[in-house]
Amino acid sequence: MMGGMQKSLLLHGGVLVVLFALQFVLPAYHHGNLARIMVLASYAMGYNLLFGYTGLLSLGHALFFAAGLYGMGLAMSQFGLSAGIALMVGILLGALVGAVIGALALRTEGVAFMIVTLMFAQAGYLTVLYFGAYTRGDEGFVIAQADRVLLSLDLSDPTVRYFAAFSVFCAVFIMCYLAVQSRFGKVLIAIRENEDRARMLGYDVARYKLAAVVLSASLSALAGASYGLLFGYVGASFASVQYSIFPLLWVLLGGAGTVLGPLIGTLFMFYLIDLSSGITTAYMLIAGVVLVFLTLFAPQGLMGELRRRVWRWLP
Amino acid sequence: MTKSKTVPVTGAQPTRRDALKTLALGGGAAAAMPLWARYAGAKTSEPIKVGFQVHRTGIGAAYGRWYDRTTTAAAALINEQGGINGRPLEIVAEDDGTDPKRGAEVVEKFATQHNCDIGFGTLFSHVVIGSAPRAGELKLPYFVVSEGHHVASGMLNRYTLQPGITDVKSQVQAMAPFVAENLGKKVTMIFPDFAFGHDHRDYFTAAIEAQGGEVLEHIAIPPTETSFTKYFPKIPRDTEVIYHVMVGPAVLTFVKELGEFFGPQRPEMFGFIDSLEAVDIGSPGLEFLDGTYFWEGNPRYAQEDQSEYDAFFRERVGVDANGASVSDPKDVSTYAHMFGCWETLHVVKAGMESAGYRGPQDRAALVEAVEAMTDMPHSNAHPQGAKIFNGKTHQVFGHQYITKVVDGKLLLVHTTSIEDTFYPDEVDYTTQAL
Amino acid sequence: MDFGPYLMLATLEGAVTAAVLALTASGLALVFGVMRVVNVAHGEFFMLGAVLAWWVTHILGGSAAFGFVVALIVVPVLVGLLAAITDMTILKRIDYDPERTIVATIGILYILQQVTLMTYGPDARPVVPPFNTRIALPWFEFVDGKISLYWPWGLSITSYKLAVIGAAVLVLIGLWLLMTRSKLGLLMRATEQDRDMALAFGIPVERVYALVFGLGAGIAALAAVLIVPIQQAHYLMGHDPLLLSFIVVIIGGLGSLPGTVLAALLIGLSDGIISVFFSPTLAKILATLLVALVLVFRPQGLFGARKA
Repeated sequence: MMGGMQKSLLLHGGVLVVLFALQFVLPAYHHGNLARIMVLASYAMGYNLLFGYTGLLSLGHALFFAAGLYGMGLAMSQFGLSAGIALMVGILLGALVGAVIGALALRTEGVAFMIVTLMFAQAGYLTVLYFGAYTRGDEGFVIAQADRVLLSLDLSDPTVRYFAAFSVFCAVFIMCYLAVQSRFGKVLIAIRENEDRARMLGYDVARYKLAAVVLSASLSALAGASYGLLFGYVGASFASVQYSIFPLLWVLLGGAGTVLGPLIGTLFMFYLIDLSSGITTAYMLIAGVVLVFLTLFAPQGLMGELRRRVWRWLP
Repeated sequence: MTKSKTVPVTGAQPTRRDALKTLALGGGAAAAMPLWARYAGAKTSEPIKVGFQVHRTGIGAAYGRWYDRTTTAAAALINEQGGINGRPLEIVAEDDGTDPKRGAEVVEKFATQHNCDIGFGTLFSHVVIGSAPRAGELKLPYFVVSEGHHVASGMLNRYTLQPGITDVKSQVQAMAPFVAENLGKKVTMIFPDFAFGHDHRDYFTAAIEAQGGEVLEHIAIPPTETSFTKYFPKIPRDTEVIYHVMVGPAVLTFVKELGEFFGPQRPEMFGFIDSLEAVDIGSPGLEFLDGTYFWEGNPRYAQEDQSEYDAFFRERVGVDANGASVSDPKDVSTYAHMFGCWETLHVVKAGMESAGYRGPQDRAALVEAVEAMTDMPHSNAHPQGAKIFNGKTHQVFGHQYITKVVDGKLLLVHTTSIEDTFYPDEVDYTTQAL
Repeated sequence: MDFGPYLMLATLEGAVTAAVLALTASGLALVFGVMRVVNVAHGEFFMLGAVLAWWVTHILGGSAAFGFVVALIVVPVLVGLLAAITDMTILKRIDYDPERTIVATIGILYILQQVTLMTYGPDARPVVPPFNTRIALPWFEFVDGKISLYWPWGLSITSYKLAVIGAAVLVLIGLWLLMTRSKLGLLMRATEQDRDMALAFGIPVERVYALVFGLGAGIAALAAVLIVPIQQAHYLMGHDPLLLSFIVVIIGGLGSLPGTVLAALLIGLSDGIISVFFSPTLAKILATLLVALVLVFRPQGLFGARKA
């Protein structure tokens, strides 16, 4: 058991070291891509906390991502706040939206939970369009390069951006790693495995679930706010259904309920589309076929398969 | 307008002269030469790479296909005439899925992986706005063909330019005098409830009020809507003119249901052709459009007094006199917009030649060279009409066309002057660092 | 327009939406009810129905009515067959695991969309309705204390839209009879109640599943053929029907056919009628929130007795 723990520490620490080191060797294009992937993987990790560990399948996480994105963006564009404070506003807004939606949606379960979260996210998307005077609707708005400065570092500089994305990723990654091994995480897993038994053991299941939603929403909002800040654009497409489906897809591909899965899934999907679009315009076709094959031959996702076959100790 | 700047062209002179010589031989003669001879005058025959951000999938795919065809035709023409500075033009196309996130990634790919000289060709505004920050940071000249007001509004950056198509603000305000004088002063506007529609709402409302008219009602349609009749009762009874503009795959439903709603007693109608771009005017259910008016960026049907430049453009792109593909008369083009790709590539060519462009190190010089442009005469390079470029706002201004549906064809009834489309500058990009 | 006529128009338009939605959603409900899987590609089968209807009428040419009738018969069968094949080659192999089915059907969604884009193209193409007459409708008013009829400006519907409502009602009745009165329906219901028991009784569950999956997709395709003369066939058109069908199925109480139809009526009509009172986008937001809150406070759906 101890051996598994050490191996797991080694592996996850190793992944962080590799991600840190990659910035010195990667060519410019992939350097930029990896910065994006790390932020998006943070979003997926936030999603995984709820889906993979607590067993709650939400189809409305774009709402939380967008809450962070717009909380940050509007704080800067409408109220002229600095980047650091705007980032906080984004995260707080995400947590707040998460608490409200969680309190309502958790009254349901299963497929009804999926639909309720989907509907709230759809209402959120339409709200962004409705307040077009401030949000510029679907077009969105740009966050000026001059304003994207955090701790007097220029976030549009590739090196700084990579480091910032890496920091966000690290923070979320370590938090998830610790959380799922903590008592809190064990209770979430217990809820996923058998909610009634968790309740009988004396856990306040409703409170744990709500905490999981708020935490997951906050991490998603952190990813959303960071994405807007690092790449300078805030737009409604990030609030659309598609961006609720993406984290689900990344997590399922990488392996639900594994700490590394979201990163692997995001990385895989990003390059699947990027590389296949270089070969053919029918890259969606390739993506579709790969998805079908993955479900046929790697049903627990890439990391899930790895855990099943090789590394049984993977958290 | 910016005054013409002297652009350093050191070392590039012979190349330019050779290119001009090749040009003088004429397109036909050049085409007859073997490839090596055509580019032999250039110091390097390395192609100039144009990163073409194209909407192959997603909601913009119908436009993307025609933007693709027009761009391919323009590039082929430029290469037949000797390329740019004697170097061939290579179009590197990447699909952006009509998505702003992917759009920004594609711009990065152009700059850092394909080593493109410029980015080019984006249509949908949200993709432009999502991609432009990255183009600015990477200092990649980014030539958009979007007709959005985003460039001239000052929202974007010095590396983003729109020299081949006019923007929605100038189009919309130039329509108001015609509408007020010929169709009526009490207007009801129907538009999609997002930024593009809001631009129409804001600029047209102001412009018609300046003409002594008024907008009785603004009807904003949610962008996800697929059936429209339920909104039409909001049209006030005393409306004299309906002003409609709709985009997306549901446009035909929208126009059909508008006709079914009014039946035999419709008010005057004025629409932006966006409501029917890539749609056959002869589609079933559109008969009631006879006698209604449209804005067109470029008249879809070849007019009686068609210019030789328009004829040339149609022939090269493969579009017939009805604005449809020569190989399939049912395949209607996005004629009111796609000329922008053609004209933009010619502006790029002119800009690169006047800047003595050699490679990515001259990107800043290219931006300055385009900023220095003013008059663009009606020609094969500008088949839609003469234009005036504003180097400060990075936006081009040009004639707008109003056509009327007569016997299922769009006949030109009014051409605005370029001056009708002017408005005060909202930005001076030339003050930003390069 | 006056309030009364306006409300009537919104109701009529809502009824057309509701009719098509009821069909599409009952296909999804059938699959969900019997097989307990969420078919994310359901909207794409709807889209295929519309696109194939265009192909069929386009190839046949000739009179609009003839092509349309052929499409009405052939297209649902084709789409149903395709779906049944999908079921047997993919879903069966992943053992109808709920989560894997979601990913697999997202994959199928991408495949169908892209293949349609490559073959059919990005255009929205119209199908000519077999008949389409504008019918102006009267409204009443009180003149000197007496009721008299008048014809308000714009108050109308087309004969085709009325026919769509009628056709949807007929198909739904047929489906209801199939489920409750036929042997096939009995097999489906037995499989729905308890899969293992059904297997034990020798019911060919695998074949029933393929049949149900095909039938569900076929009904969606039929709905699309009906709507395509009003809206056009476009490769991205499956998105909205999928979302709305989902909502309807859940509100209707997960797989209950009468519940699904009632929920479709509720959603279709409320969308139209709320738009009378508010600006369109605000109306959409309110309608969406309303549905979400209904579910929050009645998670088993409005008409369902079973626990979700």
